[in-house]
Amino acid sequence: MPIDSQTLLELNSNSSLQEKGVQIDALDDQTMVVNMGPQHPSTHGVLRVVLEMDGEVIIRATPHIGYVHTGIEKTIEYNTYMKAVTLTDRIDYVSALINNAAFTLSVEKLLGIDPPPRGQALRVALMELQRIASHLVWLGTHILDLGAMTVYFYCFQQREYIMDLVEMISGVRMMPSWIVPGGLRGDAPAGWLERAAVFVDQFPRALVDLENLLSANPIYRERTQGVGIISAEDCMALGVSGPALRACGVEHDIRKAVPYSGYENYSFYIPTGEYGDVYDRYRVRVAEMYQSREIVKQCIETMPAGPINCDDRKIVPPPRLELDVSMEAVIHHFKLWTEGFHPPFGESYVPLESPKGEIGFYIVSDGSNRPYRAHMRPPCFMNLQSLAKMCEGRLIADVVSIIGSVDIILGEIDR
Amino acid sequence: MTQHQTNIECSETRFIRERFPGAILEIDLFRGDTRILVRREYIVGICQLFRDDPELQYHFFSECLCVDYLDRFPHHRFEVVYNLYSLPYVKQGIKKGTNRRIFLKVPVPEEDLLVPSVTSVYPGASFPEREIFDMFGIHFSGHPDLRRILMPDDWEGHPQRKDYPLGGERVQFTGNKFGPSVSEEPVQHPGTSYHGKTGDAMEESTPLERTPPPKPLSINASPQESEAVNAN
Repeated sequence: MPIDSQTLLELNSNSSLQEKGVQIDALDDQTMVVNMGPQHPSTHGVLRVVLEMDGEVIIRATPHIGYVHTGIEKTIEYNTYMKAVTLTDRIDYVSALINNAAFTLSVEKLLGIDPPPRGQALRVALMELQRIASHLVWLGTHILDLGAMTVYFYCFQQREYIMDLVEMISGVRMMPSWIVPGGLRGDAPAGWLERAAVFVDQFPRALVDLENLLSANPIYRERTQGVGIISAEDCMALGVSGPALRACGVEHDIRKAVPYSGYENYSFYIPTGEYGDVYDRYRVRVAEMYQSREIVKQCIETMPAGPINCDDRKIVPPPRLELDVSMEAVIHHFKLWTEGFHPPFGESYVPLESPKGEIGFYIVSDGSNRPYRAHMRPPCFMNLQSLAKMCEGRLIADVVSIIGSVDIILGEIDR
Repeated sequence: MTQHQTNIECSETRFIRERFPGAILEIDLFRGDTRILVRREYIVGICQLFRDDPELQYHFFSECLCVDYLDRFPHHRFEVVYNLYSLPYVKQGIKKGTNRRIFLKVPVPEEDLLVPSVTSVYPGASFPEREIFDMFGIHFSGHPDLRRILMPDDWEGHPQRKDYPLGGERVQFTGNKFGPSVSEEPVQHPGTSYHGKTGDAMEESTPLERTPPPKPLSINASPQESEAVNAN
């Protein structure tokens, strides 16, 4: 598909290759522009990538985003802190509980409160289950892009068990909004821990099956090893975090570096890669699933008894039984669900390790019951910037594999 | 209950005072986070210093964002916040990073919406700066590719500003021959914005865009303005 020289000149004007001394002849009809997406099965949503090609080789890849922008940050500004939690589910819809926690921890930092130990442990268990679910979705869809269908079904079978656990505790599968300022919306029902233990026991066997299908598979290795390489220095300058950064050999995890929600009480290690290619990112994520499973196991074994919410009635609603006997409880309940609470004047940011990377909410409070500004640090949005670097000089068939390995969720990129 | 400390000194502030005297406008320590308000003409130099200094090593660009404060401060309306992280890791047996996080803030007055871009120091600032340009209309000088990123290219106004009207959206399909869009009068949306009326009433009374057209580079503030900011 040859295009006119004027358009090509415009496209070339900001080239990073030109800075390196590589000249692209605008009149040479060897160069062509290929549009990929926004409706393409391997873009995991509606991502559009404009690829400039020299034959089969990619010279430049430019991502275009914004197709599912819904203005969640703006909407949060007009809702109370309690209501805003439900909006955070919709940002990254495959790891909703971690988004809840990111917003909640930031609000709790503003308020200066911490939930009791049982609340912390339940949060960790839910977040780690969600991390496994998110990685399973990633693994299934990434492999599906490369043409292997079986893995997808195995992944989603395991994910379904996690969704059942989330449904058992909250009533919904994907949008629980269960982690709220002050603690959780409710305790785990009777039998939940036992059922989680059953999942934890059978999960490694299922994961070994998945690994056996892929790790030594010659086709999978051909398509992923040495593809999409990025260095650790580039990653850090571009703001790339999470498994993509660890695959470059950087042993960094926010759960270890800046522990939150009592992660310092659990023993796990940080898996790292060596070469920073697609295959290493796969290995890192699979190893992380084993580690998350270890954390959930420790949570179940050492689950403390006691309350799950902090006892400040200005922040956490009273239990239902108290409403029948206490006038004060009724007043607190009414005030909390109509007006909400007022965090002090200030700004807060708490970084968390989401399945995609560093997540966190920068919340500006003006002392009212609504956040003056709530900005999310979107890990996929920052990780997507590395796409151009990874694709440069690779073949067009590798783009599918590279996009898959970055683990992008367009709902979070566009917010 | 709140503990805002404004008179603290840390290694970051000392470094800035040494290299860029007069750059710091304000320091705020709240719940363990340090926020330093610096003059915008120094932001690229400070980022470079923070990244390259062997004692600070802020080599991880976490993000940057913008906050619209409207009339809260006398001399500026927007603040751009840079979130830098000294990511701790081990490379070839050498420990790097101090595990500290710093928030640099830059005041931007409404009359001069221009901030130097830090993409030359941190390439990762490219997307966040485009988002700020899209949502707040702040221009970044030196950005290689400053376009709208989330909103459509032909969108008017900057939606995350506090004075951007909320509420109803006009029906965009004008070619209809039948249906409610032809026979009915346009209904005013019942919602109100943060600061008053929305929709049609807003358009009649005050023009929608308060953004002045982009000006040429004027990074170096005039002496009068500098004094005014200093006095603040």
